[in-house]
Amino acid sequence: MNQPASAYFIEERHDPNETHTLAVLVQNEPGVLARVIGLFSGRGYNIESLTVSETEAQKHLSRITIVTTGTPMVIAQIKHQLDRMIPVYQVVDMTQTKRSIERELAMVKVRGQGEHRVEALRLADAFRARVIDATTESFVFEITGNTDKINQFIDLMRPLGLVEVSRTGVAAIGRGPEGM
Amino acid sequence: MSDKSHDPNQMTGAAMIVRALIDHGVTDIFGYPGGAVLPIYDEIFQQSEVQHILVRHEQGAGHAAEGYARSTGKPGVALVTSGPGATNMVTPLTDALMDSIPLVCISGQVPTHLIGNDAFQECDTVGITRPCTKHNWLVRDVNDLAKVLHEAFYVATTGRPGPVLVDVPKDVQFATGTYHPPRKSDVHRSYAPRVKGDATQIRKAVSLLANAKRPVIYSGGGVINSGPEATKLLRELVEVTGFPITSTLMGLGAYPASGKAWLGMLGMHGTYEANMTMHDCDVMLCVGARFDDRITGRVDAFSPNSKKIHIDIDPSSINKNIRVDVPIIGDCGNILGDILQVFKAEAKKPDIKAWWQQIAQWRARNSLYYKKSNDVILPQHAIQSLFEATRGKDTYITTEVGQHQMWAAQFFGFEEPHRWMTSGGLGTMGYGLPAAVGVQVAHPDSLVIDIAGDASVQMTMQEMSTAVQYELPIKIFILNNQYMGMVRQWQQLLHGNRLSHSYSEALPDFVKLAEAYGGVGLQVHKPSDLDGAIQEMISVKRPVLFDCRVAALENCFPMIPSGKAHNEMLLPEQANDEATAKAFAGGKALV
Repeated sequence: MNQPASAYFIEERHDPNETHTLAVLVQNEPGVLARVIGLFSGRGYNIESLTVSETEAQKHLSRITIVTTGTPMVIAQIKHQLDRMIPVYQVVDMTQTKRSIERELAMVKVRGQGEHRVEALRLADAFRARVIDATTESFVFEITGNTDKINQFIDLMRPLGLVEVSRTGVAAIGRGPEGM
Repeated sequence: MSDKSHDPNQMTGAAMIVRALIDHGVTDIFGYPGGAVLPIYDEIFQQSEVQHILVRHEQGAGHAAEGYARSTGKPGVALVTSGPGATNMVTPLTDALMDSIPLVCISGQVPTHLIGNDAFQECDTVGITRPCTKHNWLVRDVNDLAKVLHEAFYVATTGRPGPVLVDVPKDVQFATGTYHPPRKSDVHRSYAPRVKGDATQIRKAVSLLANAKRPVIYSGGGVINSGPEATKLLRELVEVTGFPITSTLMGLGAYPASGKAWLGMLGMHGTYEANMTMHDCDVMLCVGARFDDRITGRVDAFSPNSKKIHIDIDPSSINKNIRVDVPIIGDCGNILGDILQVFKAEAKKPDIKAWWQQIAQWRARNSLYYKKSNDVILPQHAIQSLFEATRGKDTYITTEVGQHQMWAAQFFGFEEPHRWMTSGGLGTMGYGLPAAVGVQVAHPDSLVIDIAGDASVQMTMQEMSTAVQYELPIKIFILNNQYMGMVRQWQQLLHGNRLSHSYSEALPDFVKLAEAYGGVGLQVHKPSDLDGAIQEMISVKRPVLFDCRVAALENCFPMIPSGKAHNEMLLPEQANDEATAKAFAGGKALV
């Protein structure tokens, strides 16, 4: 290994990256989201998607769903680093459980006329997207599904006059009767 | 309000802070007043249970609190004002986070209604210190203050210890609310560090240890943080197993340097025998250390044929740098106790005579060799002389960061924990002098010495004034080579001997400087004068700046060069000072 002149050892890692969805249960208090995001930026981890909302108001609990990528060692680090934060109750690797359902909601604005407009509506129907706003020259579709499905729908809308997209990011929950 | 006026738990926020300090057994704090903490200072003025040490710069308060904490095992407390007071604390907070030192910092903040307005001396203290604390709080309601203060002490001192910060706006300090003594419900339910190790993992570990042919114990600062019981158990484990032991910079003193199983420190400037033992071992027991990059050398060549057991209280330390075979999460004292119990019941001392013979051969290489001179003081010799002169005395050593720090680690033998205060993880130049102030406050009758470099010591020199004010007889033992020695060493080795800004053209006269502060200055040039001068330094009961002029171009060896493994150390005979000096044709003159 060719090392540049450095006080640090430069290490090359060749493990392949994996994508994982993590569900993080936190105390809903000021700064908690900043802590989580700061951890990711500070330690150089990736955030592909992040969704957060209070889920149990009486207990002041919020649930953060993070989609991240990294080598298996990095993913393990992310989980441990999250888990040791003071306001974090629990970290569950939804991808590792192999029993999770992931959904995202997107609103997709498409502008066009004639055949493009008809085609957009036809495709929306095939993807079970709903029309939530319409003018004579535009639609806003609401679509729910996993990330791949939404990406695919957006790709199809692009040549048909895609104007803009607003996405919620991924929310995930485990299958079966058990809670987190 | 009037019916509550006789309730002793009704008090101002400022009074609550002092009361909480008392309730947590705090007797000394380090701080610097300012607009946003004046109500707290007013409370401090009106009581005598908590002694306040006035530093000269907030960074000094932080490092002093670190020295206090590390030498006592109790949390260190610092009190600073808003804005610059808080930003000056960033370095000590980060230092304490890296080295797992329990620190409670209380900072003043502008009144709540001004937060976010760019008010005078306002900064986003919790935002700035979020990544350099274990946890921090902004208290907006005086009725939350007691709970937060108690939680702060709990978080700082439990689990993996670390620094915490409580930011208290000035209106909250003035406001009256209800105080309560510490109680369990003050702490986040989500915070529950694991103490007890998993029994199955402990059995696996014992089975590896019992069948080891070439074992090594590698211990770190976690053993010292865990407390005296962990140190006792570590020593017992070495005794029961007969295994060799090495330790990190942070772990020195947990096992006595005079012990027969001691290999010396490991890592970049560790001994040859320690690093070779690590490299060739078949079972490694890592206790309270974290496979830091100064320890491992090249990661993919780190101890390639060993089974590794890793005891750590922080799950995120496991598999961070080095993949281990048997991780055990919990308090190392607790786990060492369990390991010992199982080992004694089910295993017997493995026969590792051949391994010890191998180690003896490595030891015979004498990797800490240096050539003494009658003309110039070698820095290694200076440390050895200091060590000899303080042997048997009640001594605490702090250091700055650089070559002198490594030489101190190599040549000063520590017999007990909590005697060695150094900035390991962050490598903070300027740590040692204020840390010595903190140590001396905690141990007024002990001998406290900061082994310093001429460059580092100037970073926090102003704390000499603190030492003089509080009659703290700290000894600042400066190995003066007029260089930033470690920077220069790297420039020599890696940057074509281009000594870019690593030479101090204009050093102060340290003797006069000491006198200007009201301390004592000593200077020594000749090896023959060294012992006498050290004796004089020790006998003076005032702060001393000791200007020890040493060989300017001496470098620190042995060394694991960049990108190399433990078994590729550069030994002193391969890189002696003549060879280094030759590289200086036309360069700076030798002292």
